[in-house]
Amino acid sequence: MVEEESVRVVRCGGSELNFRRAVFSADSKYIFCVSGDFVKVHSTATEECVHILQGHRNLVTGIQLNPNNHLQLYSCSFDGTVKLWDYVDGILIKTFVVGLKLHALFTLPSAEDSVFVIINKEKPDVFQLVSVKLPKSSSQEIEAKELSFVLDYINQSPKCIAFGNEGEYVAAVRDFYLSVYFFKKKTTSRFTLSSSRNKKHAKNNFTCVACHPKEDCIATGHKDGKIRLWRNFDDDKKYTYTCLHWHHDMVMDLAFSVTGTSLLSGGRESVLVEWRDATEKNKEFLPRLGATIEHISVSPAGDLFCTSHSDNKIIVIHRNLEASAVIQGLVKDSNIFTGLMVDPRTKALVLNGKPGHLQFYSLQHDKQLYNLDIIQQEYINDYGLIQIELTKAAFGCYGNWLATVEQRQEKETELELQMKLWMYNKKTQGFVLNTKVNMPHEDHITALCFCNAEKFENPTLVTSSKDGHFKVWILTDDSDIYKKAVGWTCDFVGSYHKYQATNCCFSEDGSLLAVSFEEIVTIWDSETWELKCTFCQRAGKIRHLCFGRLTCSKYLLGATENGILCCWNLLSCACKILFYYKVIWQSI
Amino acid sequence: MDAFGGPIWSMAVSPCGSQLLVGCEDGSVKLFQITPDKIQFERNFDRQKSRILSLSWHPSGTHIAAGSIDYISVFDVKSGSAVHKMLVDRQYMGVSKRKCIIWGVAFLSDGTVISVDSAGKVQFWDSATGTLVKNHLIANADVQSIAVSDQEDSFVVGTAEGTVFHFQLVSVTSNSSEKQWVRTKPFQHHTHDVRAVAHSPTALISGGTDTHLVIRPLMEKVEVKNYDAALRKITFPHRRLISCSKKRHLLLFQFAHHLELWRLGSTVATGKNGDTLPLSKDADHLLHLKTKGPENIICSCISPCGSWIAYSTTSRFFLYRLNYEHDNISLQRVSKMPAFLRSALQILFSEDSTKLFVASNQGSLHIIRLLEGSFKHLHTLQPQSVESMCLLAVSPDGNWLAASGTSAGVHVYNIKHLKLHCTVPAYNFPVTALAIAPNTNNLVIAHSDQQVFEYSIPDKQYTEWSRTIQKQGFHYLWLQRDTPITHISFHPKRPMHILLHDAYMFCIIDKSLPLPNDKTLLYNPLPPTNESDVIRRRTAHAFKISKIYKPLLFMDLLDERTLVAVERPLDDIIAQLPPPIKKKKFGT
Repeated sequence: MVEEESVRVVRCGGSELNFRRAVFSADSKYIFCVSGDFVKVHSTATEECVHILQGHRNLVTGIQLNPNNHLQLYSCSFDGTVKLWDYVDGILIKTFVVGLKLHALFTLPSAEDSVFVIINKEKPDVFQLVSVKLPKSSSQEIEAKELSFVLDYINQSPKCIAFGNEGEYVAAVRDFYLSVYFFKKKTTSRFTLSSSRNKKHAKNNFTCVACHPKEDCIATGHKDGKIRLWRNFDDDKKYTYTCLHWHHDMVMDLAFSVTGTSLLSGGRESVLVEWRDATEKNKEFLPRLGATIEHISVSPAGDLFCTSHSDNKIIVIHRNLEASAVIQGLVKDSNIFTGLMVDPRTKALVLNGKPGHLQFYSLQHDKQLYNLDIIQQEYINDYGLIQIELTKAAFGCYGNWLATVEQRQEKETELELQMKLWMYNKKTQGFVLNTKVNMPHEDHITALCFCNAEKFENPTLVTSSKDGHFKVWILTDDSDIYKKAVGWTCDFVGSYHKYQATNCCFSEDGSLLAVSFEEIVTIWDSETWELKCTFCQRAGKIRHLCFGRLTCSKYLLGATENGILCCWNLLSCACKILFYYKVIWQSI
Repeated sequence: MDAFGGPIWSMAVSPCGSQLLVGCEDGSVKLFQITPDKIQFERNFDRQKSRILSLSWHPSGTHIAAGSIDYISVFDVKSGSAVHKMLVDRQYMGVSKRKCIIWGVAFLSDGTVISVDSAGKVQFWDSATGTLVKNHLIANADVQSIAVSDQEDSFVVGTAEGTVFHFQLVSVTSNSSEKQWVRTKPFQHHTHDVRAVAHSPTALISGGTDTHLVIRPLMEKVEVKNYDAALRKITFPHRRLISCSKKRHLLLFQFAHHLELWRLGSTVATGKNGDTLPLSKDADHLLHLKTKGPENIICSCISPCGSWIAYSTTSRFFLYRLNYEHDNISLQRVSKMPAFLRSALQILFSEDSTKLFVASNQGSLHIIRLLEGSFKHLHTLQPQSVESMCLLAVSPDGNWLAASGTSAGVHVYNIKHLKLHCTVPAYNFPVTALAIAPNTNNLVIAHSDQQVFEYSIPDKQYTEWSRTIQKQGFHYLWLQRDTPITHISFHPKRPMHILLHDAYMFCIIDKSLPLPNDKTLLYNPLPPTNESDVIRRRTAHAFKISKIYKPLLFMDLLDERTLVAVERPLDDIIAQLPPPIKKKKFGT
């Protein structure tokens, strides 16, 4: 037994790329993004990952270019260190140990030897912006304990802090107010918007802030979709603001272009909006970006923008609002109905990706290979809308066939089911839709299983459903005189005493099919579709079934809902309860 | 006086006030010299292709900007030649409109010309080089008006969508002197076109097709939050447009181009307080009198006996004799009215309908004796000052005539001796209503700042009651009313009562009761009847106010027991307006 304390999970792939704003290198050749404990360096031209900067022992929470040397990169992490990297060669130069959980990092050209970080010292919800003096030393690891306090009671997110006019002031937003701290005068101005008491201003909350690079102008994003441009904020009385309103939902992030002539904004609409000259009428759009825009960043050279999305993707966008590259991480949808599968051909991990898609994710390279659009319908993102869900998928015949099931259930009695069978096309190196079966079963499909035996020249698929049937589907010629086109048809329908079929499994050689009906397992001959025998253990509803492989092929394993693993010997028809395992079933 | 250039589209007085510019239909800009006694043509500027819609003087008076169709011209006043011609883009949101009309121009002292046009643009031009500096597209429809503040640090524009935009000159950064114009707040208080805007030092004032005048205070210029800092919406003409013949129960309504005469209905039924009684005789539309030509009616009046109607336009004066034979009415025009009566500002008949008083726009008062079907000019009272009289009141016994101009006090004439009797001391605010009480010959004067005075004509001094109320002051809620008192009348049997009304309330001032102070409830609902007389007497005060009326146009006593009120519901006015510009509302 390994002691639990010594177990350390090292995240090596599939991490969030959209946790913080991506950062461009000074020449726009590289784009940096946080990825779990690492910082990834991607090429903006080819999307390839060039370097992985490893060294932090916890989540990386902020990255910034070194303003004094644009070939170096600062990063901060929850592990309490600020590290300085040479990103061209991918090596760690220095580590500054601060010793506090660091939530975000900011650098300023005017503050040469210090960086700004967000920490929280006492209460869990109260965050402070402090500047950390980075001592000059030749050693690799330096203690940096000299903190000076700048702003208190700020928001945790780095989107709510912005430095303006070359570090003359810093703007921070939280809830219903904007505070501006002037470094030279050492004063804070605070502007409060009317809060939720009356209905009209119910969603006035600030969500993000950005400062104009040349002028004294602060842009703030709000929960109701408005963008306010504040001016004259050095005067508590004469301050003025103007409103830009296009977003119908919360503004997620704002960024000014390098010259300040345009303002970029994005939100849940998945549309990047460019406001030119900060006027309401003069705006450009880049629509259909696929998912909620979480972050927007601008390259220092001004030629590229990038947006980070909620589906773990970074899109590099040209100045003329054309998407030029996509860096896609592992999409983590809230529901992974299909479970985790491995594509036998590419050895890629296959699971639900963005809505209506299957994603093929290479574990070796920690990148997405491709997305297969299964549902093939426009996804409309709105609350309360019932979507078509991709619920089951299975590979068969060494990756030559893929079966998918999608469903949509608006009411208890109205179930829409569709099964699709996809054939691998060697020419195009992708899956092509072969057969579409509407309502293959009357009720939810619980399992899909291909017969993977070599001797079977005819691919066979079995589906089991809650309607009490299991169906065998085989590939036949599809009434074509040249007998070249093929399609899938139902060959056999089996049932057992109107019990719900819960799972199905082929033996390794394909001669036997096991179908579980609630607490009963039935064994069927795959040649004649005769019921061979039944096992009934009354140990609970069976969830999973699996035949033994190779030397153990005489055994059949079954797992029940209440955590019992059963093993049947097919030769002696005897059963053994192996052990109770204490695993809480996930909804896989 | 004719400018000989067709219709005049625009006028502008020079900063020093001695010259007047006129922009005409034929594209000519004409300069006139203003002398105390007349306006004299000075010279023509270079003639332009199309009509001159807007004009603005440079504050130094050396140059002018003239907005025409598709271009703006800058003229040198000395030479009268066009220095620059600045072409305005016809493009509107990428679509080429046929014409771009410059609705307004403003010349700033730094040489900047601001133009507003029909394509929804606000543009800044450099008049020295004739180039476009900045362009703000603010509306999808015409921008129709512009007004600049005296400090030239802020201006306001009004659009056909009913929106008013505020522009401010703000410094680009806090440590540089460079300033730029930014659009700050939009205000949407109108439903229709905003045709005119004004910029006072502390407020933005706008008005347009929807008949409202909106005063929006600038919060940053307001020191304390009090009543002056509130948004005010003012409706309605502040003039009396209805006259009444008490003897025959007739009402004469004055419209822009016609007069309507109605006989009031009557009832024989009786009922409780608050009941609506059924009419036994419906109101009759007796007469519809249309003016000849395009001129508007300035004023009109029906004699108390109902047998004379007089009205005036700018060029002619009309007098009609009405004959009643049972139910038939015959109208007979009195011919050969003298030319000096034209463009009268106010017409009044004496109580016995034998004399007609006409206040001409030259400042003199004409007295005409009416005979059966003819007239005789009796006398002309020469003006006391240059200003013209716009309000008249005659005493019921026919001895006194009171006349008031805009500022120089009220003059009281003795009609018997045809000479000035006395002058009420001048007051800072113009008079809005005048009336002479029967028997006592007390003159009641209402001013636009809501003060009410009572002046005894025989004694040539303010009455005791008037002195008391001036000493104690009016109730603060009385002074905060938005609309002026437009009519005052008296009850023939209750000499202590003064009846007056504005657009929102009808008030009876009972001089015998104590005056309210700021602690008493001014707008007291009718006291419940079950309360004892003691309480009623304690809470009663001199002002009895009823606010049950929708905008009230006119109210007068017909006889001791009948009061006539004319309402003009705002919804009726808005229903008659052209439909506002349709704007897409999000989510519909």
